[in-house]
Amino acid sequence: MKFDETPIVKDPAKEGLSPPNIRENASAAVRCYPSKPKDTQAIGLPGERVPNWQEKGIAKFAELLEKNKALRVYMDICVRCGACTDKCQFYLGTGDPQNFPVMRAELMRKVYRRYFTPAGRANTLSEAADFDEEMLEKWYTYFYQCSECRRCSVFCPYGIDTAEITMAAREIMASIGVSTKYVTEVVAKVYERGNNLGIPPAAWKDNCEFLEQDVEEETGKPIRFPVDDYGADILLVPPSADNFANVDTMIGYGKLFYALGIRWTTSTYCNEGGNFGLFLNYQNLKKVNKRIIDAARMLNVKTIIWGECGHAWRGAILTPTLNGPMDMFDPPYPYHISQFIVKMIRQGAFEGRIDKSANDDYIVTYHDPCNTARAGQLLDEPREILRYCVNHFIEMPRNTIREKTFCCGAGGGLLTDELMPIRMAGGKPRAMAVKHTGANYLATICAICKAQLPESMHYWDVPVKVGGTIDLFARALLL
Amino acid sequence: MDTSSVLWTLISIFYIGLSYFAALCLIFGLLSKLYGYLRTPMPWPEVVTPAPETEGGAIMRVVGDVLIFPNLFKADKYLWAGAWVFHIALAAILFRHLRYFTYPVPSLVLSMETVALFFGYLFGVTILYLFWRRLALPRSLYISNIPDYFALVLLGGIAASGILVSYWLHVNIVDVKAYILGLMTLRPTPPPAHPLFLVHLTLVLILMIYFPFSKLLHAGGIFFSPARNQPYQIQNPGHRYINPWDQSVGD
Ligand code: SF4
Ligand code: SF4
Repeated sequence: MKFDETPIVKDPAKEGLSPPNIRENASAAVRCYPSKPKDTQAIGLPGERVPNWQEKGIAKFAELLEKNKALRVYMDICVRCGACTDKCQFYLGTGDPQNFPVMRAELMRKVYRRYFTPAGRANTLSEAADFDEEMLEKWYTYFYQCSECRRCSVFCPYGIDTAEITMAAREIMASIGVSTKYVTEVVAKVYERGNNLGIPPAAWKDNCEFLEQDVEEETGKPIRFPVDDYGADILLVPPSADNFANVDTMIGYGKLFYALGIRWTTSTYCNEGGNFGLFLNYQNLKKVNKRIIDAARMLNVKTIIWGECGHAWRGAILTPTLNGPMDMFDPPYPYHISQFIVKMIRQGAFEGRIDKSANDDYIVTYHDPCNTARAGQLLDEPREILRYCVNHFIEMPRNTIREKTFCCGAGGGLLTDELMPIRMAGGKPRAMAVKHTGANYLATICAICKAQLPESMHYWDVPVKVGGTIDLFARALLL
Repeated sequence: MDTSSVLWTLISIFYIGLSYFAALCLIFGLLSKLYGYLRTPMPWPEVVTPAPETEGGAIMRVVGDVLIFPNLFKADKYLWAGAWVFHIALAAILFRHLRYFTYPVPSLVLSMETVALFFGYLFGVTILYLFWRRLALPRSLYISNIPDYFALVLLGGIAASGILVSYWLHVNIVDVKAYILGLMTLRPTPPPAHPLFLVHLTLVLILMIYFPFSKLLHAGGIFFSPARNQPYQIQNPGHRYINPWDQSVGD
């Protein structure tokens, strides 16, 4: 792999990040596979590049400028101060200057200046550029090397959120028939099967039954993983990966609700919270998100709880806006499993029922997923849960946690094999920070993080187990 | 009339015209840009967390952004120091310039006189520092483009010519004031016939015309950044964030 492998967290204790030297085009060749017509057509997008794509793209751009304040303001006010240049994990990992958040945004601003400002129409001194084949190629490359993580916004004096810009650029590209195989395939699967992995309802049920048998053997308790239970109190919307790759998290939910004596269920119509519409366009974002509300109505539950998934939580926050008032459910809107557990802890529901020493084989550190930390205000809850159920909890360096957390390296629709070089490079800052702590368990509350981190930790040679916070909580819970 | 007085009359007319044009550009350019920001909706909650959960808290967050640049402080202390001192000096200088626009001059403005030169130099020095930074740091050099240098050169020229006409090659303040008040009361008189002052004036007028159509608009845009000015209020029962252009539920 051609990326610089010197560790970038030089002395994290002193907040010393030393960014790599600029390496022009270092990641220019890392690109997603283009989408397949069968997927794009299934999700209401053009199957191939539309004729007049330039005009259509610019027309879409004009529409978004009218409809999105963030885009409109952020196109104008960047002063190119450079504060964000060393903040994006994809620059820190690759050294490619197009991965400076400001340069990523400039790809769009150049086009904006050409078509929407008097100076840009007139000349090139004002850094304007045509929306041509070459520019489109750059958009396709670098707007799919952004995980929409918003780390840059935290350091920008105006809070310029490159994630908003990336979302707008992807929306424009999608409208002219340019999208990626991974993202469109996943959205298509959600409509077909109800989840990102494409698990059919029967397999979901089978898996839940297997889990019940396993857990009963292990614990001797009749812990249930109910599916489509009409009239349950809680509809749990986990990331579908929890039922396959991260079963410990799924078991955690089961034990938790069993211990509390709460009737809960999952839905086969919608057993996925993770919303890949966020990485594609507004229309699909909205449609995917609506399935959650529909599922809750179909099952007549009292409330919806979102599981350990970062992008699901981002979608959850948008739910009342996208899909109408949630007044028919019990508040709060929306409700995250971490908030739920913290509430139960504070009510004393687990008093005398937690054996912290069950987790004594672990030194635990916590990775803030970008979406829960920077979009969803969930910074303290997971930490409170961990402190409640483990004896050895240790934080990573201050400049790498909470709102300054790094993206795992694969959010925003990048969790696909052909992007492996950029994923491993982008995963480097997180890996170095984990290494610094010496922890052997990396807890997090996002399914994408849980898929990416084991690979990036292995790549950067950091021996940790990756898992959920619920996994640890359930281990310590006395049933 | 001899040729030189004809020429001077023409120059005066040019400056008076340009002054009005620049003022109109600044006012209407700014209003139309800011109105554009104001009327464009933000379709979904965009706030970057951790964020305050009340309107009041969100307002305080923006006020903090405007006054002390906390994000920049987190990002880069040296840049923060340069940028903050630069803006403070700029604010002080603009405030002191009120003496040319008001009659009688408020005593607070007059009391600036003792420190005015200090802020003038401070402004100049921070401009040099910010310019040096762009050239000396590889990442800053990489992202800097012609408009970035142009803005600094323009401000540098304004600072240098301003300090010179105030403290070294004195321009007659009474003339300056007569010119400005004349413009303001729509009874224009010729500008002071002081070449360096005319340089200062020209650069300022260029700045005024350039301002609303350039990155300098960050001065107004900072109030409209949804990532900063929204409260995090998703969870209030009965309250929800409405998208004005789409209130369907998503069928
Ligand atoms: S920190 Fe903000 S203003 Fe500065 S270069 Fe980055 S995006 Fe532009
Ligand atoms: S949103 Fe995240 S990935 Fe995208 S440019 Fe900003 S820091 Fe980089």
